[in-house]
Amino acid sequence: MDIFSFLIQLLNGLQYGLLLFLVASGLTLIFGIMGIINLAHGSFYMIGAYMAFSLSTLTGNLFIAIVVGIVLSVILGVALEWALFSHLYKRDHLEQVLLTYGLILVFEELRSLIVGNDVHGVAVPAIFNWSIPLTESLSYPVYRLFMSAVCIVLAVLLYLLIAKTRIGMMIRAGSSNREMVQSLGLNINLVYRLVFALGVALAAFAGMLAAPVSSVYPGMGTGVLIICFVVVVIGGIGSIWGALVASLLIGLADTFGKVLIPQAAGVTVYLLMAAILLWRPEGLFRRV
Amino acid sequence: MSDAVLSTQGLSRRFGGLMAASSVAIELHRGRLHAVLGPNGAGKTTLINLLSGDLPATAGSISYKGEDITRYSADRRSRIGIGRSYQKTNIFPGFTAFENCRLAAQSRAPRLLHVFADAERYRPVCEAALRALDAAGLAAQRDRVASALSHGEQRQLEIAMVLATAPEVLLLDEPLAGMGAEEAQRMVALLQKLAPAHAILLVEHDMDAVFAVADVITVMVNGQVLESGAPAQIRASPAVRRAYLGEDDAAAAGRRDAS
Amino acid sequence: MRAPAAVDKRKKGVLLAALAVLVLFPFAGATFYTELVTKVMILAIFALSLDLLVGYTGLVSFGHAAFFGVGAYALGLLAPKYEAANLWLTLPAAIALAGICALFVGAFVIRVKGIYFIMVTLAFAQMFYFVFHDTRFGRGSDGISLNFKPVAVIGNFTPFDLANATHVYYFVFVAMLLVFIFLRVLLRSAFGRALQGIRSNEHRMRSLGYPVYWYKLASFSIAGALAGLAGYLSALQFGFVNPELLSWHQSGNVLLMLILGGVGSLYGAVAGAFAFVALQELYSALTTHWQLLLGGTIILLVIFLPGGLSSVADRFKHTVVGEPEDE
Repeated sequence: MDIFSFLIQLLNGLQYGLLLFLVASGLTLIFGIMGIINLAHGSFYMIGAYMAFSLSTLTGNLFIAIVVGIVLSVILGVALEWALFSHLYKRDHLEQVLLTYGLILVFEELRSLIVGNDVHGVAVPAIFNWSIPLTESLSYPVYRLFMSAVCIVLAVLLYLLIAKTRIGMMIRAGSSNREMVQSLGLNINLVYRLVFALGVALAAFAGMLAAPVSSVYPGMGTGVLIICFVVVVIGGIGSIWGALVASLLIGLADTFGKVLIPQAAGVTVYLLMAAILLWRPEGLFRRV
Repeated sequence: MSDAVLSTQGLSRRFGGLMAASSVAIELHRGRLHAVLGPNGAGKTTLINLLSGDLPATAGSISYKGEDITRYSADRRSRIGIGRSYQKTNIFPGFTAFENCRLAAQSRAPRLLHVFADAERYRPVCEAALRALDAAGLAAQRDRVASALSHGEQRQLEIAMVLATAPEVLLLDEPLAGMGAEEAQRMVALLQKLAPAHAILLVEHDMDAVFAVADVITVMVNGQVLESGAPAQIRASPAVRRAYLGEDDAAAAGRRDAS
Repeated sequence: MRAPAAVDKRKKGVLLAALAVLVLFPFAGATFYTELVTKVMILAIFALSLDLLVGYTGLVSFGHAAFFGVGAYALGLLAPKYEAANLWLTLPAAIALAGICALFVGAFVIRVKGIYFIMVTLAFAQMFYFVFHDTRFGRGSDGISLNFKPVAVIGNFTPFDLANATHVYYFVFVAMLLVFIFLRVLLRSAFGRALQGIRSNEHRMRSLGYPVYWYKLASFSIAGALAGLAGYLSALQFGFVNPELLSWHQSGNVLLMLILGGVGSLYGAVAGAFAFVALQELYSALTTHWQLLLGGTIILLVIFLPGGLSSVADRFKHTVVGEPEDE
């Protein structure tokens, strides 16, 4: 392929990887800090996308829809943690898997009841609805660049939050020793609730951001969940840095894989995972 | 003097900046009970973990009967005859005491291809399990579920399980932990009975027990070997007293010894 | 540990009654119900196979449907287009193929534990799903229809007719009994006891000298092979296979059956399959959005009743119906 086609695929791969990172970072945070495996994490992505669709249809403006959507997701996250996930901290993996599996069923059916099962498109906001020309026939959509930029900003903010703030310190402390943090007088429950809400908001926001590009369809939650699992396995659980590296790896592998070997389609990602399992089963990086 | 069954050279384990064990050289001989003493954090449990394979070494080597076993996994070391008991009781809580030992004994005769025979019908393994239970004084408890046993009985089961694997080397991590006086006495008697036929490494806090049974004592501080020798030598050593007991206690111990 | 023999008289009575009901069932009702119970028994075999893995070896797999699907597709792909397949050739082939796939997947996934294991089993199952859904090898999302049911012919003699729902019922019933007995015997053997030791305390098993990886791999492969058997029977019953057999919904449902019946109990696995289908039938009769009710039930079940039906039975009697729980 020529240099411009390569550039386009490279940008696409990075953009997909960065988007994956938003979702996967929430998953790995929730597991690394609270020890909960959440199968329903993909549903938050789906919920975000459907919110973007419904709210932008309602308000006519994607940006307003996104802001409202973020607020709603935080509320959803807090409510879910309080009602359901707080029961899971001491439970074994099988029970966590089953409860969150039940949650997926509930979310999928509720979505089906409220919005239906159709595939929807979301319009790209007007100010981003143009492309940068590369050659006579090729150009690159600015919205995708915007998406990548937003993801990078969020990644930096996340790093600053975890590594440099007091809350981040509490989060990291809470992950290694829950009782100790509690006995220090810090409200561990509040910390967990915030972390969970953050994870939900990140996933939902990713869905909202991606909606104009990937469209909004019923299976999107499951699809992203499984890829996120692969990200976490490759990157190492609890490691934000690992999630970033793995997401980019997968984004590039998947994009180039689809272009170079179209028959193998989604299998490239799994081959990557299999290779990592053989070489470094604990993941590329240890805990954050 | 018999050759060393298990010996280490420059054995070390580093955790980031911390040297949990630093260049430890230790020898175990058949028929000799080798105790390891030291304050908390001295590296005693790290040493046992390094020997049993629960923790990989970051430097140094371990030799067993002339073979370099430094890279061997924990299960492989067990199979060649190195048995280990744990400080934190590490049994199968839902199984009976008998089944705990039977599983331990079965490891020597896994009979993988015998997928249809009821394992409890295989006499050699069952008999080995009963012998181990008996040696540890638990014969009467054989059908009780392990989680229902008292703490002291569970510690006895810990030992029984190791014995059931018929090891040559016994790495015992605080077998007396949490035991009352009578149980401790029984355990000490058991250790004395086992000593002639095994090479024993004993990590313990109970000083009376250690000085009663040990042939050799190694004192560790901050991951390093401070001194190693016969009990009388260790008891008299000022360096050991200073490190282990502190200055005032050392003086007091000196006065106690004299009386 | 499972106590050998000595099931008391009352439990024996309940078991015999249940068996009698199952044996006599086809004579009592319409073909619809016979086929429904056949479906349940097939799912019971599926649940039993997963129980070996989850309940007795302690490996929570969220990708078990992959091997169910391999068994089903084995029949779909091996069956000739214009004549009936031979049961006695295709059934062992399906079991073997599923077992080999499980061996292959196991070699990768058993390298990791806990959460990772759940995730990679799900991921590998999705890979299998994609192979059958998106490639020409699997004939795509439409699936494969069997033009003829397999025939059970040996030489010139055909002992039973698999196009007959009642014959299929008894064939599946016998298969379920055989799988149950096989697992019962396996779990009492040295190998089976080692698996249970691994579930109870894997660290200690290693410390005692057991090569834990190989035991887990063997368990994973056997569980996969048995799931393949269930899948084959499913294809046989419906005469149709499609990629949804390998979906993670299937994997989730079979885990649900285990928690309904109580993990780590062979009777529980069978009871769980019945309970699951009963719930499914009940809820789909109430609404098209029955998955909402199912999801809600699962959530409530996990929060309030993690021991499953077995723990309910426990509360009213001192012993569970069937096997005494040890933990």
